[in-house]
Amino acid sequence: MAPSPASTGSEIISIRARDVSLWYGNFQALKNVTLEVKQGLITSLIGPSGCGKTTLLRCFNRINERYGNVTTTGEITVLGKNIYDADVSLSELRKSVGMVFQRPNPLPISVYDNVLFGVQIHTPRRSLTRDQRDAMVESALREVDLWDEIKDRIHKKATRLTLEQQQKLCIARLLPLKPRIILMDEPCSALDAEGTERIETLLESLREKYTVVIVTHNMAQARRASDECIFMLLGELVEHGTTEQIFFNPGDERTEMYIEGRYG
Amino acid sequence: MPKRRPRVNPRRRPRNRQSDVKAAWTNKLNLASGAMTMQRQANTARSGIGWCAQLGRATHWLLDISELPMEWLIRLCGWSAIFFVFAIFFFVLKEGAGVLGKLDLKEFLTSPNWRPDSAVRPQYGILALLVGTFSVTTLAMLIAVPLGLGSAVYVSEFAGRRTKETLKVVIELLAAIPSVVWGFVGYMVLGPIIIRLTGAPIGINVLNGGIILALMSVPIIVSVGEDALRAVPDSYREAAAALGANRWETVYRVLFPAAKKGLLAAVLLGVGRAVGETMAVLMATGHAVQIPHSLLDPVRTLTATIAAELGETVAGDDHYAVLFVIGVVLFAVAFAVNLTADVVVNGWRGGRND
Ligand SMILES: Nc1ncnc2c1ncn2[C@@H]1O[C@H](COP(=O)(O)OP(=O)(O)O)[C@@H](O)[C@H]1O
Ligand SMILES: [Mg+2]
Repeated sequence: MAPSPASTGSEIISIRARDVSLWYGNFQALKNVTLEVKQGLITSLIGPSGCGKTTLLRCFNRINERYGNVTTTGEITVLGKNIYDADVSLSELRKSVGMVFQRPNPLPISVYDNVLFGVQIHTPRRSLTRDQRDAMVESALREVDLWDEIKDRIHKKATRLTLEQQQKLCIARLLPLKPRIILMDEPCSALDAEGTERIETLLESLREKYTVVIVTHNMAQARRASDECIFMLLGELVEHGTTEQIFFNPGDERTEMYIEGRYG
Repeated sequence: MPKRRPRVNPRRRPRNRQSDVKAAWTNKLNLASGAMTMQRQANTARSGIGWCAQLGRATHWLLDISELPMEWLIRLCGWSAIFFVFAIFFFVLKEGAGVLGKLDLKEFLTSPNWRPDSAVRPQYGILALLVGTFSVTTLAMLIAVPLGLGSAVYVSEFAGRRTKETLKVVIELLAAIPSVVWGFVGYMVLGPIIIRLTGAPIGINVLNGGIILALMSVPIIVSVGEDALRAVPDSYREAAAALGANRWETVYRVLFPAAKKGLLAAVLLGVGRAVGETMAVLMATGHAVQIPHSLLDPVRTLTATIAAELGETVAGDDHYAVLFVIGVVLFAVAFAVNLTADVVVNGWRGGRND
């Protein structure tokens, strides 16, 4: 089906999906999706609304299962481990696979506690000194370029930040957990043009350190920001290639039509 | 560029209802103004028909002028609530006022001797009654708060749909049981059980009253608490889950802080119920004026005293008036509880710390 894309450097595979199908009740949202996401790259999921991008993304950390009526078949291997194996700990999986949502969703606690939320869940109580925690918060916020902006507000409620700051915080709070993969579901759709640009810059700085899979509605963004693109349609993976391939030399005419803006 | 379509998904749980729990409970006026909005909508719909624009406009006009009296009516309802509260307060105060001059306030508040019938020298010390109310209420809250909040969490976060519906119905039923029936249960059922289990000489005491009051407060705490938890946006739960939190960690690290106002309101409504309850405690606490030394001592509460003795007094005499002064004390306690609730929930200047 999807031809493996031409080489883009890295050859280690972070996420491997084989024949993944997913049903919400009786409705089949994913149809035999097979793909490989390479480590250290930014991979975009593109396609018209309702084609299953979010659904696919939410398979990679199994957060789809929060809705009770979901059935998944097939095999998804993340960092070499089949995540549907019985012995997989969801908590550990989500520690190494972070997620950023479409609407910024910082928790209604302080910025400081938001950044440390994950760590506090994954490490025993009081195993970190105050200094260690402070340092963690500072470095996470620096990494998303938020520290200078809000360093004297880190004990205020996170929900009072601007949307852009909130979204950056949502990225920052993943970092202390040292995730290997970051999933982003249209992280800029709630932001204005400048906010979008700054998040893209941030994305650039995350490249190589993390494997990023990003769902986007914005073609220009996919083109600017990603190394590889995956085009989906009606729950199927149509084409997976380097960004250049997809945009300038698509192998499937449906991809071509979509890129040219003929549907969506 | 593809267009975004809003997606309506009926299967997702309707979690995002951002209702202010306290407002929903206290502001009955919402109903009336809701009716008004509906009327306005109906009005727009009617005029939208188009084939009879004239009539439409006439209706418009009619509804517009009927809106003014409507508004006044609603305003009147609102003010009348305030009026009644003050009216009751002044009535109670007036009935008690006659004795205020004669009453030694220090003795009134600090003496445990409540001997209104003494022919030699009647004594009106309410300390024992205050302690009675306080002990029964405290015990009730020690039981009801963990139980109530626990069930609220269970109903809102852990129970499946079926269980949830069933539990909610049962809890509403519990809330509807009249307090006399609770008193009866305390007297006839719980009393003998306490005697058998503890060997106490009498089964109606602080323990009995506390348990009964707890059972009476739990339904309020559960239903208000569950509302508060349900009002927490689902995106918070999802954020916590995506960071690896399990459901329990989500509850105490995310939902409790997020819903703290509503949960506090739930607890304080429970306290209010326990403090103000009369009939059940009258029957379940043993009705002995004394400062209790153990959970198994019978006591008497402020409310039970008023209920039991008002009938025996002669209107206007000292005993009668003192009972009304006790009413004022109860008023003050209720007011203090509500004020604390408001301050804790809304901050000193109202709605600051959201
Ligand atoms: N929780 C759900 N329950 C039922 N159907 C859903 C649910 N989430 C998504 N869907 C359906 O699955 C399809 C794919 O949705 P989604 O993955 O959100 O698409 P995209 O992110 O590409 O816009 C849509 O038709 C949508 O209506
Ligand atoms: Mg989506």
